[in-house]
Amino acid sequence: MPAVSKGDGMRGLAVFISDIRNCKSKEAEIKRINKELANIRSKFKGDKALDGYSKKKYVCKLLFIFLLGHDIDFGHMEAVNLLSSNKYTEKQIGYLFISVLVNSNSELIRLINNAIKNDLSSRNPTFMCLALHCIANVGSREMAEAFAGEIPRILVAGDTMDSVKQSAALCLLRLYRTSPDLVLMGEWTSRVVHLLNDQHMGVVTAAISLITCLSQKNPEEFKTCVSLAVSRLSRIVSSASTDLQDYTYYFVPAPWLSCKLLRLLQCYPPPEDGAVKGRLVECLETILNKAQEPPKSKKVQHSNAKNAILFEAIALIIHYDSEPNLLVRACNQLGQFLQHRETNLRYLALESMCTLASSEFSHEAVKTHIETVINALKTERDVSVRQRAADLLYAMCDRSNAKQIVAEMLSYLETADYSIREEMVLKVAILAEKYAVDYSWYVDTILNLIRIAGDYVSEEVWYRVIQIVINRDDVQGYAAKTVFEALQAPACHENMVKVGGYILGEFGNLIAGDPRSSPLVQFNLLHSKFHLCSVPTRALLLSAYIKFINLFPETKPTIQEVLRCDSQIRNSDVELQQRAVEYLKLSSIASTDVLATVLEEMPPFPERESSILAKLKKKKGPGAVSGNELEEGKREGGELNGAGERPGDSSAIGASNASTPSPSADLLGLRSAAPVSAAPPSAGSLLVDVFSEAGPAAPAAGANDDGFLSSAPPSVVSEDPAPPLPESDELLNKFVCKNNGVLFENQLLQIGVKSEYRQNLGRMYLFYGNKTSVQFVNFTTTVSCPGELQSQLNVQLKPVDPLVEGGAQVQQVINIECLTVFSDAPLLNIKFRYGGALQNLTLKLPVAINKFFQPTEMSSHDFFQRWKQLSQPQQEAQKIFKANHAMDTEVLKAKLLGLGTALLEKVDPNPDNFVCAGVIQTKAQQVGCLLRLEPNAQAQPGEQMYRLTLRSSKDTVAKRLCELLAEQF
Amino acid sequence: MLMQFMLLFSRQGKLRLQKWYVPLSDKEKKKITRELVQTVLARKPKMCSFLEWRDLKIVYKRYASLYFCCAIEDQDNELITLEIIHRYVELLDKYFGSVCELDIIFNFEKAYFILDEFLLGGEAQETSKKNVLKAIEQADLLQEVN
Repeated sequence: MPAVSKGDGMRGLAVFISDIRNCKSKEAEIKRINKELANIRSKFKGDKALDGYSKKKYVCKLLFIFLLGHDIDFGHMEAVNLLSSNKYTEKQIGYLFISVLVNSNSELIRLINNAIKNDLSSRNPTFMCLALHCIANVGSREMAEAFAGEIPRILVAGDTMDSVKQSAALCLLRLYRTSPDLVLMGEWTSRVVHLLNDQHMGVVTAAISLITCLSQKNPEEFKTCVSLAVSRLSRIVSSASTDLQDYTYYFVPAPWLSCKLLRLLQCYPPPEDGAVKGRLVECLETILNKAQEPPKSKKVQHSNAKNAILFEAIALIIHYDSEPNLLVRACNQLGQFLQHRETNLRYLALESMCTLASSEFSHEAVKTHIETVINALKTERDVSVRQRAADLLYAMCDRSNAKQIVAEMLSYLETADYSIREEMVLKVAILAEKYAVDYSWYVDTILNLIRIAGDYVSEEVWYRVIQIVINRDDVQGYAAKTVFEALQAPACHENMVKVGGYILGEFGNLIAGDPRSSPLVQFNLLHSKFHLCSVPTRALLLSAYIKFINLFPETKPTIQEVLRCDSQIRNSDVELQQRAVEYLKLSSIASTDVLATVLEEMPPFPERESSILAKLKKKKGPGAVSGNELEEGKREGGELNGAGERPGDSSAIGASNASTPSPSADLLGLRSAAPVSAAPPSAGSLLVDVFSEAGPAAPAAGANDDGFLSSAPPSVVSEDPAPPLPESDELLNKFVCKNNGVLFENQLLQIGVKSEYRQNLGRMYLFYGNKTSVQFVNFTTTVSCPGELQSQLNVQLKPVDPLVEGGAQVQQVINIECLTVFSDAPLLNIKFRYGGALQNLTLKLPVAINKFFQPTEMSSHDFFQRWKQLSQPQQEAQKIFKANHAMDTEVLKAKLLGLGTALLEKVDPNPDNFVCAGVIQTKAQQVGCLLRLEPNAQAQPGEQMYRLTLRSSKDTVAKRLCELLAEQF
Repeated sequence: MLMQFMLLFSRQGKLRLQKWYVPLSDKEKKKITRELVQTVLARKPKMCSFLEWRDLKIVYKRYASLYFCCAIEDQDNELITLEIIHRYVELLDKYFGSVCELDIIFNFEKAYFILDEFLLGGEAQETSKKNVLKAIEQADLLQEVN
């Protein structure tokens, strides 16, 4: 038995623990435990009242048994009894048992809460701390209900002991995490923030965790913490290693507090106040400088604590992403760590550099370390470090180094750990496509990928290579030749056979001139693999064969022979049998013309997002988006789910057939939809479906034009137009990223809107629906452009019928010309009489400057070049705001497309970010705009934020767009 | 910097201390423990102290026969967590005087009390070694007085 038994030891407990340790087998242990449980049960049930010590001892034994992994279903009551003991030691064990073993037995919780309440009001700091620890450990909602009101008071009260304050701060934090709705800081906010100034470092250390969490949720209310945090940090950073006494850890002053301070600052954008910012930059520089100083101790604790601060500082520098000088210094520092002898540091440097690679300022600096990173991929002995190296290579890849990186990743794949192969394959495939300058390199890479790691090549990868080959006629011959060569290998992966079958079936003719790859040689090569393949691959090969008959009539007898043999035509698999029968019949009865039509070359696939990217993204899972929003996303952005198309299987023929609308396509036993039929609807058709009952826009507009002669001119109404409705701004926001929808609705009237824009001109259709059964008379509408808007926008209203029958809908056309940039929206006033009463309402017309966007496609290089050209402060507008909706990539994309800009793929090195470009067309000038939206998608729901940055050649435009857009996400 | 949980287990895979800072069912806790003990014990001595596990980061370090293993969130600081572990070891060492696994087995309740003084709700409450030990010693004093 160990010598140490501080306080008052419990001999019985020590004996029991020894017994358990002496058990030779699991069975013996269980037997001993059951004996003890029976003993305790009988003691608890016995007539004799147990004294506090015995109760404590038995409760402690139960706890020990529970911690060994056994279930405990009694003793809770005895533990609760211990809580109200006035002996500290008994109380303490009671609280420990409750903390470890509490369940939400409501009866018990009430009793526990009672005991806690007594201890909290006992004014005995030791008891108070015990009670607070218990609340923090259990953190249940019932406890939050009982104590969330009391604890803030304890936290800020002047006479509370420091140790109690520390516990109270973290206790409150735990309750806030469990039940944020119950913890209301309100009046305490400012006093809590000022705990950052507390004399006692321990209080600051505890309070800052609470403040950080609260700031994440309510940045506005807590923003005064920024300057306090900066000055606190500055005092710590500049203090000598002995100043902080026991808060100095291995010669590093207050490392935990420093990290927490730097973390708090990451909840906010860079300080606006120049002095505060200057001080902070100085701190960050000092931290970077200290990293270069010789260590004050050889102990690993010293360097860990020092580097913990350094990494947190770098995280803040990356978060700001605005100080090129610091970013580059951070990068150089990490570069040194890449070759450090400590594995931990190499790992962290690789990890941290990944985020640096996505900053435009440090991307180039990161790239200079490519050789070291490649070396890490090859030589690190720990797979988790190699994984980081692979991630970093992916992040630092761009056009200039893609070939090298892809080659290294490919060669690493040959020996890579199984756990990371699939992800590596996806990454190689994405990089190869993203940075392919010549597509022969792309084809080589993907075929290599299949050769090296065929089992890990998902369908998306080989579908994609086929889509690309089909769409690029300059690479088809090369692809046919290469895949033909690859198939020569005696053992080649089934995925290679699929790609081979598909490509030779389409483009085998391009290499048929060479006697070494004559049609028959090609066929025999493919067919030699046939019997080793699975059913879907064999089905694909059969389709390739029928295509051969069309491409090379001389192969017809051989292929018919194959189709005719029993193993095909009587195959037990229905799909294979059907194909064999139908292809055989088709080849014998159809004329060459018919055959040529049916088996025509595949048409190009519609250009879409890479299905591989979609797969990589899918790992994140779909966000919680309402069906409605999804529906909308699809309508506005077209079919975004590019992953749906499958060139595999039998669709080679399906596509050719799709041009004939007859359902005879079934003849060929097709299972999947033909890709062509899945083509997105043309842009024009997008406009119609919102108000389909109103009929197509153009004829309706025409009818209205005809009617204008007979309609009365807008009658003069004596009453002045009403002021705009208070909700009109909100209504307006709905239309920033879309053109169609319901603009307004009350009990009488519904107003729908549909609009189209071209260059600097727009046409808007308003649909006024009378929701009542009574007619509206004297129905008049006017549009006004208040103030300077008059000279910025030209709005013409076509007349509208002054009589709107009950239940009827009338339409009005508005022509809009944008003369120059503008901020406000025109006002639409509507007046009519309903049962004698004059109705008078004013709305804002949903016209915002972004409606006149022309999307602009540009390369990554051009984008960043222009971005840098627009670097004057007034050309940029930035906002950081909380996400109002789930961060669903597809919905975000749809909204950005709805904005009218071009959504630029593969421009931002960080794939989570979105960048857009467009030109606003006005009569007077054109205004170029660049947009960057950075979501922190990894954050917990509720803590997700966006940073939106706009740059524009005209200052007011960036600002206005930023305001408009910040409401959209 | 929310720590999700801390586990102490021996080289034989016996759990010696478990502290959960997020609500989980007993079943889930057992599953996590089993998985992590297995993963960490399989790692070689020179390997790095961090690993990705589910969507968390695991930070671990071995002291003699005991592994100390913490789970932190994605944005959290690995190195400072490593030093949290070390500070806890120092506290145990100072309190027990050259702490060994047996001390933690026989005085498990003390190990929990010390941890509660140092970390609360998964956050550092008091990082000063003196202050933590003072609090614990005061409590011990109270025990003897009573």
